[in-house]
Amino acid sequence: MAAIVKMQNIVKRFPGVLANDDISIEVEEGEILCLLGENGAGKSTLMNILYGLYHYDKGEIFIKGEKTTFSGPGDAIDKGIGMVHQHFMLVPVFTVLENLILGSEKVKGLSLDLNSSKKELEAISDKYGLEIQLDAQVSDISVGMQQRVEILKLLYRGADIMIFDEPTAILTPQEIEELYKVMQSLRLLGKTIIFITHKLKEVKEISDRVIVLRDGKLIETIDTESTSIRELARMMVGREVLFRTEKPEVETGREILNVKNISALNKRGLPALKGLSLNVHEGEIVGIAGVDGNGQTELVEVLTGLRKISSGIITIDGKDMVNKSSGQFLDAGTAHIPEDRLLRGLILDFPIYENLLLGFEDKAPFAKGLFLDFNKVRSWAEELVKNFNIKTPGVNVNAGTMSGGNQQKAVLAREFQRNPKVLIASQPTRGLDVGAIEFVHERIMDAKKEHKAILLVSLELSEIMNLSDRILVIYEGEIVAEFNYGEVTETEIGLMMAGGEDK
Amino acid sequence: MELLIKLFSITVFASTLRIATPVILASLGGCMSERSGVINIGLEGMMLMGAFSAVVGSWFFGAWTGLLLGVLTGGLMGLLHAFMSVTLKANQIISATAINIMAVGLPNILIPVIWENHYGISPTVPVIADINLPLISSIPIIGDIIGHQNPIVYIALLLVPLISFLLFKTKLGLRIRAVGEHPLAADTLGINVYRMRYIAVTISGLLAGLGGAFLSIAYQSQFSSAMTAGRGFIGLAAMIFGRWSPKGALLACLLFGFADAFQASAQSAGVPIPPEIMLSFPYVLTLVALVGLFGKIALSPAANGKPYYKG
Ligand SMILES: Nc1ncnc2c1ncn2[C@@H]1O[C@H](COP(=O)(O)OP(=O)(O)OP(=O)(O)O)[C@@H](O)[C@H]1O
Ligand SMILES: [Mg+2]
Repeated sequence: MAAIVKMQNIVKRFPGVLANDDISIEVEEGEILCLLGENGAGKSTLMNILYGLYHYDKGEIFIKGEKTTFSGPGDAIDKGIGMVHQHFMLVPVFTVLENLILGSEKVKGLSLDLNSSKKELEAISDKYGLEIQLDAQVSDISVGMQQRVEILKLLYRGADIMIFDEPTAILTPQEIEELYKVMQSLRLLGKTIIFITHKLKEVKEISDRVIVLRDGKLIETIDTESTSIRELARMMVGREVLFRTEKPEVETGREILNVKNISALNKRGLPALKGLSLNVHEGEIVGIAGVDGNGQTELVEVLTGLRKISSGIITIDGKDMVNKSSGQFLDAGTAHIPEDRLLRGLILDFPIYENLLLGFEDKAPFAKGLFLDFNKVRSWAEELVKNFNIKTPGVNVNAGTMSGGNQQKAVLAREFQRNPKVLIASQPTRGLDVGAIEFVHERIMDAKKEHKAILLVSLELSEIMNLSDRILVIYEGEIVAEFNYGEVTETEIGLMMAGGEDK
Repeated sequence: MELLIKLFSITVFASTLRIATPVILASLGGCMSERSGVINIGLEGMMLMGAFSAVVGSWFFGAWTGLLLGVLTGGLMGLLHAFMSVTLKANQIISATAINIMAVGLPNILIPVIWENHYGISPTVPVIADINLPLISSIPIIGDIIGHQNPIVYIALLLVPLISFLLFKTKLGLRIRAVGEHPLAADTLGINVYRMRYIAVTISGLLAGLGGAFLSIAYQSQFSSAMTAGRGFIGLAAMIFGRWSPKGALLACLLFGFADAFQASAQSAGVPIPPEIMLSFPYVLTLVALVGLFGKIALSPAANGKPYYKG
């Protein structure tokens, strides 16, 4: 088979980081190639170079045998390259349709010809079984649908080399299955797929070949068949990875978080929580399992002061917290790892040390009267960066320039510092590499050992199953089932999540 | 009663349109620029430069050439703002403030150079004359309000739906708005963010220039120092009031125009309120409308004011 993409000796330097250090890869026509590597290894950078979004300092790129230089993504699109980015590239206030046609608009006279684009898009989405509401505004649709919109974007532009940058990090198991089906059918149609992921099971399942990067360097190119998950993990991280976190024996204590019969609306004003109740004790991890969009987002928002409830009771350590502000929740001892790090976790234009300070800015030793002691802030930030193994050239760089996984680690580092009574963790390992996941799971277990109450919301069923003492299944805004650790199989929970019968 | 009739006479409505015209043009300029993600508080200065060039052009070559020159000068100012804020990535407020300051100073230097012994005020120049709309002017009341106006008034009113169409119905408009909301997303689709912003900010300047020309060679017949008197800023306020949409901004501009026309007619009718208070009326009204609404609307284009850096 011929190499459809050839990248030779690519070097890309950002201020303080060598993101791609002399990387050469070849992609064969019609294959599914996996790009593996730790957070900050340089995967997104390499693909953004291939997509024409980043300029590179050195190297050559050949597409379909032809040497190419891109002045921007427009040139790459013309060459048949398409990319679904790690952080979706959608304009929230535009409709799905407007997002899809942007840059490849059809016109009738002077005005946009939305109808003919719409027909064409409907035909493509039918063909690939992508369910999409073209007239909805992007800010109103689920991440799963946003993902499908991104894929449809590529198909609409006729891409035959498709790059997926961590497409499954935020999808539900069902959506992931669907995505695989789409990818397989794309491959059958002769498309070439480059796929970035941290989920090694996925790599084994769908890829033909694997390329491993570490610290900006190419480590290994290998046929998927001739390797194992364990070996892949070792190549990525450079050491052995245990895939199971030891669960410490901890006496659970008094009830810390108590939620009774709460009801709340979602951002579109529809009922999202319908009389939901739960509680979490000291030293206990309670996991919320469920398909995305069943009220998890709203539940977390309610428990962190970001959304009001219309009825019900919330107490933290006996203190009434109904409709209190997010600041009051912080003061009452909650820490919050938000599901969307870009929206709720970080201020991208702020340097890392300021991001790590958020929520501590009025507390000793950082606040001194009217002033902040930035020396203290910086050295504290440097310590966190070290402890949490956050890859960055320094604490002064803006959070927006960090790799996705390292942004997530920064949020985690800050929230674990709060010394909370209750930790609300929503998708805490989204986008993290296997080594980092292990690290986070250990931190969560440490928190348990310190008798914190932990509410874990995750779409990653295995994460819920491994960590939780109790598992609650959420379905359409209600808790429909409850299990103890080890008393249930993934299949059973999966059934409940889909709205199956209560046991 | 007689007083009331006088206050709400047809002339008040007719002059509402005239007074609103430069503000409408400024607010349209604001919509263009800010929808693309470039804050433009330089509209005031762009207008002022437009007004000055229009007078110079009119003096030497006649009113219509003056108009053209005024518009082009505004466009040039827009281009300058785009260069500073898009290419050089300067702070957009500072870049625009520089334009505003220059627009106050430069005419003062040039007036005595062009017209000997004139300081701060130009001699009177030929103006663009009002016209009669053939059929409409014979309709009662409506004809009296809109039938006999300056051509630039009609142009401004026509530009409202035109700019609205451009922004919301055309390919260029979709791209301009995309760049103002999420430039990186636009970039990943092959849209040249810088080019879109240049286009939008230059059009913004052209519109402001037209507004300035109207002031100096239609509404009045000479240039005087700082004659725009904050109309560029009021245009911006109207744009915010209208939620960055031309049609909404039009309403706000008409409100301002009416308030101004009303105070003028109230003064001449001898309403016993101190003229200082009457004069401040339109500004206060704008302020109240802004403050009242501002809290509720956070609809500014998401990338407004943020330079875009390519990787
Ligand atoms: N725009 C940028 N400006 C400065 N530094 C950057 C920029 N983009 C990436 N980097 C740096 O380059 C390195 C590689 O980042 P990249 O995003 O390619 O990692 P990645 O392999 O995709 O990681 P992840 O799995 O966490 O997404 C990181 O150290 C990151 O901080
Ligand atoms: Mg990445």
